[in-house]
Amino acid sequence: MFDQDVKYLKFKTLINTYCPHCHNSFNVEKKEEKSIIFKAKYKGQEIDLKLSPYLDVFDVETSVPVKEGDELDDVLCPKCNKSIINKTVKCGECGSKVGEVLISALSKLMPFYICTKFGCEWHGLTKADERKLKLKIPRQDMPEQDQKLRVSNYQEVPYGYTGELALLEAGRCLQCKDPQCVKGCPVNIDIPNFIALIAEEKFDAAAKKIKERNVLPSICGRVCPQEDQCEKYCIVGKKDKPVAIGRLERFVADYERKMDLVKVPIINKETGKRIAVIGSGPAGLTVAADMRQRGYGVTIFEALHETGGVLTYGIPEFRLPKSIVQFEINYLKNMGCRIETNHVIGPLLTIEELLENFDSVFIGVGAGLPVFMNIEGENLGNVFSANEYLTRMNLMKAYKFPEYDTPMPHGNKVAVIGGGNVAMDCARSAKRAGSDEVTIIYRRSRHELPARGEEVHHAGEEGIIFKLLNNPVKYIGTDNNRIKAIECIKMELGEPDKSGRRRPIPIEGSNFTVECDLAIVAIGNGPNPILFNSTPNLKLNKWGYIEVNPETNETSIKNVYAGGDIVTGSATVILAMGAGRIAANAMHKKLSSMKKK
Amino acid sequence: MFQIVRKQEMAKGTIIRFDISAPKIAKKVKPGQFIILRVNETGERIPLTVADKDSFAGIITIIFQVVGKTTALMRSLNTGDMIKDVVGPLGKAAEIEKTGTVVMVGGGTGVAILHHVAKAYHEAGNYVIGIIGAQNMDMLILENEMNNICDELIITTDDGSYGEQGFVTGPLKTYLQERYDIKLVYAIGPIIMMKNICKLTKKFKIPTIVSLNPIMIDGTGMCGGCRVKIGNETKFACVDGPDFDGHKVDYDELENRNSIYLKDEKDSLLFSIR
Ligand SMILES: Cc1cc2nc3c(=O)[nH]c(=O)nc-3n(C[C@H](O)[C@H](O)[C@H](O)COP(=O)(O)OP(=O)(O)OC[C@H]3O[C@@H](n4cnc5c(N)ncnc54)[C@H](O)[C@@H]3O)c2cc1C
Ligand SMILES: Cc1cc2nc3c(=O)[nH]c(=O)nc-3n(C[C@H](O)[C@H](O)[C@H](O)COP(=O)(O)OP(=O)(O)OC[C@H]3O[C@@H](n4cnc5c(N)ncnc54)[C@H](O)[C@@H]3O)c2cc1C
Ligand code: SF4
Ligand code: FES
Repeated sequence: MFDQDVKYLKFKTLINTYCPHCHNSFNVEKKEEKSIIFKAKYKGQEIDLKLSPYLDVFDVETSVPVKEGDELDDVLCPKCNKSIINKTVKCGECGSKVGEVLISALSKLMPFYICTKFGCEWHGLTKADERKLKLKIPRQDMPEQDQKLRVSNYQEVPYGYTGELALLEAGRCLQCKDPQCVKGCPVNIDIPNFIALIAEEKFDAAAKKIKERNVLPSICGRVCPQEDQCEKYCIVGKKDKPVAIGRLERFVADYERKMDLVKVPIINKETGKRIAVIGSGPAGLTVAADMRQRGYGVTIFEALHETGGVLTYGIPEFRLPKSIVQFEINYLKNMGCRIETNHVIGPLLTIEELLENFDSVFIGVGAGLPVFMNIEGENLGNVFSANEYLTRMNLMKAYKFPEYDTPMPHGNKVAVIGGGNVAMDCARSAKRAGSDEVTIIYRRSRHELPARGEEVHHAGEEGIIFKLLNNPVKYIGTDNNRIKAIECIKMELGEPDKSGRRRPIPIEGSNFTVECDLAIVAIGNGPNPILFNSTPNLKLNKWGYIEVNPETNETSIKNVYAGGDIVTGSATVILAMGAGRIAANAMHKKLSSMKKK
Repeated sequence: MFQIVRKQEMAKGTIIRFDISAPKIAKKVKPGQFIILRVNETGERIPLTVADKDSFAGIITIIFQVVGKTTALMRSLNTGDMIKDVVGPLGKAAEIEKTGTVVMVGGGTGVAILHHVAKAYHEAGNYVIGIIGAQNMDMLILENEMNNICDELIITTDDGSYGEQGFVTGPLKTYLQERYDIKLVYAIGPIIMMKNICKLTKKFKIPTIVSLNPIMIDGTGMCGGCRVKIGNETKFACVDGPDFDGHKVDYDELENRNSIYLKDEKDSLLFSIR
């Protein structure tokens, strides 16, 4: 009666198939619900019994001692020898006190009750039961590319959830009344609600729910540091691993895109006013989308030949496929945003000139200036900034050299300096480029690594070596001035500094060398002054970032707003987007209260 | 897309001039500034100096020497063809003042870059002495144009097929010895040429500006690939230059950094021929 297939029949199943060659998932197909029903008797009366939809999660023994046609009062639990009829539970439907049937006395987890008095079918969990149950579902991993295979290709590592996995993961959310996760989300996505929609299999509606607050969920689902945001505060995380909010976000956004459910929104009546957006990173894209939606004419100016900012030139294909970034940009184009690539604002057009043609200007130029340590040998051949290395690989597609013309930096032994996402991206790219040995040199310990947990985990799986608590002091060159080694000094951790991380202190005399023939410096970025040289009246702070009014993100120049990394210094995609939204709201408020010119 | 409105072969097909329609850039570009172009989707981004411009017609001129994959590809383009991306103006404009007598030295394709700057020095009212050099007579470019703007012009060829035989440093030395009113030397050409000129002018204590050509990608200060050592400081040539105080430049480092991809450049060219 409980055959082997039971596991697969209990859910309304989404079949998510992967192409064995390209790993693209396709052909999402719905199957009819099939619950296992069998007949039994209780006090002489025939009743239907159904299997719990939760059973397979817990791997419950399926040998429930009930056979077709059994009189249930007589059936005893083989373990505790008590009747499987639980008379103490109150029927959740009719409230009668006696006569509920609990068929999986074995697991004490059976959530499906039949009230034997009135025959009510009750998906019978008390809130406490449900909580207990949900807490038993383990956090679901995403299926991903084999560790060995993936280091020889540039395809994305995780495939993302299937519908089945998403349902299970969504089942873990406790639907808190006062959801902490939302407070941890920089743009306050209505997390419990979108997860509830997933649990109801309304994936499309779930995606639309997220998009009320976040216009780029397929990107954020992939790159947000969830463990420091929503998932950090998730209640489930107190006992077990938190609900995988990011993976669910990614799943519904991918679902919406793949099923062709993304629709260009209805644009408000044209206001006749025009907005210029400088930079096409996440901050700029958010402003463009928000303002276009409200009926403003939007033109985005981008210095590079490709749009997307760091999403395009920095974050590698295996972590964020460029087709997704381009999909989002096409969406903006379809909304009617104009995009002008190859426009370096500053030298080509000044902000002053833009203000002659536009009612408001938004500056979202990022923090694109690579920082070096200013130590000996930093200009040796084969010492790269992370920006250059990643720009070559991603923007210029050097990994496809010679099909693409830009050469790829070679190295058998690669050393990457730094411990953030940028460092992980460089290290994992170098591995894929065929390097034998890739080492990350970081001055603090594993605990302080600022990169996303998942990236550190993947880097470890891919064989990246971590030399922690070490700092370079000097690059050593060969006779023909190529790098051959890095002299490092060992560090120990002292008292926490302002950022709350423990300050690394060099240990005198502990110097040693790490051999390498390619070094990548990934220790951070600063503000690029190229735009400011032509705009002396734009107020900057002492580090060279733009000063804004935090309520409106307006700069010292009237009608000029700024947000993202160029205001905060290197931060995150979601913070850049949040800053863009604040600016868009303020712009709209100001412009809509002004009379037409 | 940017259209090539005129193509002209200058030195037996190894040096080529394009006039490109790029109205916004033409309006802004100043002598000494450059553009970066990418011919097609798979192309590399390469920097080329704007050798001249016509703001009214919206046209910029570039003059390039065919040295590798991209420049070879560009040679195959003709009038009317399109270049996918052109971005600029990049770099600092040359600082041009009326200083008196200046010597403008150019070698090889460097002359193309020199011309735009020399013209500006001429228009600012300086007494311009030009010294331009090439491997041989066929490789010499822009002789007439330079003649029009220079008060004196000396030509050298390595093989003596035209003008004086030898390198540009020969006549420069003579000038430095004979004239006491030289206020400035501006040099642009192969690294070794600039290095030797600076050795010379240092002896005579004549301020010298050189225009550097490290390998670049974005040209906006974002990648740091173009970094050069000037005195004790590291500078990004694309935003801090390309013009620098020639006496402070670390030429050996530049030479070294420019040679990182020699093998790849050869492979790339071979791949394109096949
Ligand atoms: C390698 C790498 C990995 C990262 N990984 C993550 C991650 O996993 N998760 C995460 O949340 N964050 C990550 N970040 C950080 C995140 O990408 C940035 O915080 C975010 O992109 C900042 O957005 P932005 O819009 O301010 O600027 P950017 O994304 O930097 O975009 C700025 C754009 O402006 C253009 N521009 C600059 N100057 C001009 C000008 N004068 N005229 C016209 N255009 C101009 C630039 O070319 C660029 O396209 C990573 C960053 C890097 C470099
Ligand atoms: C600011 C600046 C202005 C320049 N102006 C001119 C000009 O007006 N006319 C002209 O003929 N040349 C100019 N150059 C040099 C020109 O950019 C290179 O000759 C060109 O990139 C060669 O490309 P390729 O693919 O044909 O050759 P490749 O085979 O790729 O390389 C040949 C040589 O060119 C240099 N080079 C290669 N790639 C680059 C790159 N991305 N950036 C800079 N140099 C590179 C290297 O030293 C290399 O050894 C300029 C360079 C700079 C930096
Ligand atoms: S805190 Fe966790 S369990 Fe609670 S609503 Fe948010 S995701 Fe669900
Ligand atoms: S070319 Fe990238 S910083 Fe100069």
